[in-house]
Amino acid sequence: MEAFINMVLLTMMAASVVALVRMRNLFAVVILFSVYSFLMASVLVVLDAPDVAMTEAAVGSGVSTVLFLAALYLTKTEEAQPRHSPLLPMFVAVVVGAALVYGTYDMPPFGAADTPVNTHVGAQYPGRTPAEIDIPNVVSAVLASYRGFDTLGEVLVVFTAAIGVLLLLRRNKRRPGDASEEAGPDRAGMED
Amino acid sequence: MFVVAAIAVLIALGLAVIRAIAGPTVFDRMVAANAVGNGAILLLAVVGFLTGRPEFLDLGILYALLNIVGTLAVLKFFRFGSLGHRGGEEPKA
Repeated sequence: MEAFINMVLLTMMAASVVALVRMRNLFAVVILFSVYSFLMASVLVVLDAPDVAMTEAAVGSGVSTVLFLAALYLTKTEEAQPRHSPLLPMFVAVVVGAALVYGTYDMPPFGAADTPVNTHVGAQYPGRTPAEIDIPNVVSAVLASYRGFDTLGEVLVVFTAAIGVLLLLRRNKRRPGDASEEAGPDRAGMED
Repeated sequence: MFVVAAIAVLIALGLAVIRAIAGPTVFDRMVAANAVGNGAILLLAVVGFLTGRPEFLDLGILYALLNIVGTLAVLKFFRFGSLGHRGGEEPKA
């Protein structure tokens, strides 16, 4: 039954993606992104990963919609016609997709118990955590201690992104002082 | 019984997705997107009971809140952003 639900949901996602690609009105594209994201969240729920589904719904459907709309405010809502033929990019995409599908044939069956993911250290963490680290939450122990370097890298990425955003915002804020006379109708429309 | 409910929700989702893809106006698409969000909530609940683990029912609240955020963002863009036209003066009129 779950496989059937997932097949139906994935079919809908494929249909919405094809519509997304063919659409020229970016406003409709943003709305379809939201639809796609909710369908993806449903697939993840059916796959028994509600935490990932929550993130997908929050980021993909909630924040992204708002950010895309904010970006849309600064541009046109009609996508420009592409100047080159879509055949070469399509060929590349088909080849890469076929290679990825071919690669999945070497993967173990879905949910198999004898894969390295399930036979390596993963199963030991619940038993080792109380003795070695002594925090009640095993997930926190894995993230903050056993995979500390991985988490450090993630924190670094987020930190870099935050610095970039702050630098961009600071430059934007300084601009009105530098050139106050040429910021006429554009800026008047931006203030909400 | 949950199987029937799941199939019914899937059909409703499919109709909403078709409307979101086909819908001639942006409002059609937006209402359809909202319906897809509602369908996702229902599917979450039905799948939870179908697999015997209804603990994730609370996630439906989050979905509903996000649905409102997305819809409000789109509507506010319509009211103040006015589709590529640099708006801002409209609400004062």
